[in-house]
Amino acid sequence: MSENRAPDTVRKTAADGVGGVERTQLQMITRRFLRHRPAMISLALLIVIVLFAFVGPYLWTWDHLVHREVPPSVPPNADHPLGTTTAGNDVLGQLMRGAQQTLKVAFTVSVLGTVVGSLWGATAGYYGGRVDSLMMRVVDVFMIVPLLVMVAAIAGSVRGGTTWWAVALIIAAFSWAQIARVVRGVVLSLREQEFVEAARAAGASPGWIIVRHLLPNAAGPIIVAATLLVAVAILLEAGMSFLSFGIQLPDISLGQMIGDARTAASTRPWLFYPPGVLLVIICLTINFIGDGLRDALDPRQTMERR
Amino acid sequence: MLVYTVRRVLGAIPVLLLASVLTFVLIDLSGDPLADLRVMQPPPDPEVIQLQSERLYLDRSMPERYWLWMTGVGGNGDIGLLQGKFGPSTQSATYDIGANIAERLGVTLRLVGAAMVFALGLAILTGVVSAMRQYSKLDYTLTFVGFLALAMPTFWFAGIVQQAGVSFNELVGTQFFATVGDGTYQAQGLSPWGRFTNALAYMTLPTIVLMLTSFASWSRYQRTSMLEVLNSDYVRLARAKGLPNRVVVRRHALRTALIPLTTVVAVGMAAIIDGTVLTERVFQWRGLGEFFIQAVTANDSFALMAWLMLSGTTVILANLIADLLYGVLDPRIRYE
Repeated sequence: MSENRAPDTVRKTAADGVGGVERTQLQMITRRFLRHRPAMISLALLIVIVLFAFVGPYLWTWDHLVHREVPPSVPPNADHPLGTTTAGNDVLGQLMRGAQQTLKVAFTVSVLGTVVGSLWGATAGYYGGRVDSLMMRVVDVFMIVPLLVMVAAIAGSVRGGTTWWAVALIIAAFSWAQIARVVRGVVLSLREQEFVEAARAAGASPGWIIVRHLLPNAAGPIIVAATLLVAVAILLEAGMSFLSFGIQLPDISLGQMIGDARTAASTRPWLFYPPGVLLVIICLTINFIGDGLRDALDPRQTMERR
Repeated sequence: MLVYTVRRVLGAIPVLLLASVLTFVLIDLSGDPLADLRVMQPPPDPEVIQLQSERLYLDRSMPERYWLWMTGVGGNGDIGLLQGKFGPSTQSATYDIGANIAERLGVTLRLVGAAMVFALGLAILTGVVSAMRQYSKLDYTLTFVGFLALAMPTFWFAGIVQQAGVSFNELVGTQFFATVGDGTYQAQGLSPWGRFTNALAYMTLPTIVLMLTSFASWSRYQRTSMLEVLNSDYVRLARAKGLPNRVVVRRHALRTALIPLTTVVAVGMAAIIDGTVLTERVFQWRGLGEFFIQAVTANDSFALMAWLMLSGTTVILANLIADLLYGVLDPRIRYE
């Protein structure tokens, strides 16, 4: 494809010699990921759940709110496939909305946490020395904090109702440290390589080197860590909501649904089991996708988690 | 070794200080301890609010409050972490934060201790078995169970376990599993045997709940570390010498494979503290988890900060102990 780049041509002939097909890095990664069966099944399942959560509310008759037309406390039937709550909510409608809020929080946390964590970790790793040890001390503190307790304490203190993005902001503020640690580790080895030295010699500023040279090369570990952060965020949000310090009524999240149905597990099981099962499935699929991505992006690493 | 120990202990102090600053600033900024008083109907006398804010030191500046909270110098004698006083509470003028924590500590420690011991034992067992039968059906099953456990919200699992306990009681026609309360009150005045069965009745289900997450992640680590050791040269040598498999696994491989677990367990402390709050909530224990929820609900900043500092110190101490233990257990590590 390019005549002026010698390494490519060499690789091509070598590959042709054994009858292979030349693939770019991205193609190889995609291929490895596509072959990872648990990850592919999980991805399909997650797409279905996302559609259920975001498109479902437009198709289904009832939303998550209390309606006078909804009979209270009815077990699953034709009109209400998952039954209704004591107050008069349609559980299917609640489940869609709950999953939607949960996913919105989780993905926002993942994006925010990844951006903050990557920049923090890359800066620490790039500068090294004093800056590094000071910045990583802060990370250490965030790593030892019992996350759920901390976010619950903050969210519970904020009065006047927490919206989903406030919940996301609070969770993100405490869960970026893991990403920072991963990125710093990668950057520590990257910064010794020639291309960074070349960039520096060409007069690139530290900010430019971090954003344009170091972070793109750390993309693999970052993507994996970001995926796993989604699962962490989901469990944190659920825990917060369960302690009633998360998203507030009349809005709903899956954790809150479980919390409300806690004492009704035997008398009205249709309230207790669906949100829990959905939560477990979402977390499972995301963890499997994370594993698939890890295997695809970095085949040297094992199935070791975190 | 002694020099290293001292250095590590001293190194923990700045981390603790940083944690205290963070805790203070975050809690101080996020909530208003007098929020409930201000919105009360009918509105209270401005003088009452004034008195309350003086009692809670809210009339001082933030740096001053932090100084007060840490040292107690210049306060009313009820504040100062370094003097072992946790500050005034919003819940009532007589609510003693320190005494309350002390009272509940035993309840929570009982649960945490039992869960950690069983989680660790089971994690080592399944991790080793998984590693020795790598890629067998058993290994895959255990791996999947681990995945499932890590994806399971603690409180939902707690609800299921609680429900299972109730069903078991109904099925067998006993009252064996107690699904509500911590059993401290019920244990009063019982014989040692009675106390044991009482503890068994009250603790079994919550312990199962609390150990699940830790068990899952520790067993994954144990499997990895055991696999690594089993594939190492010295184990191959031990096998080549003709040692029986049992001896190789127990004497040579397992001992080395246990070392990394110390760090993993220490890091897992934070997750256990999270789990305690949720588990105590479901089983309605009057432990530190309930104390925490009460403190958040009542906007009780000093109680909340005391709680957060206590848990932070626990995690930092656990990590410190793990680091030091690591040096004792692993002879390859030299500090000189």
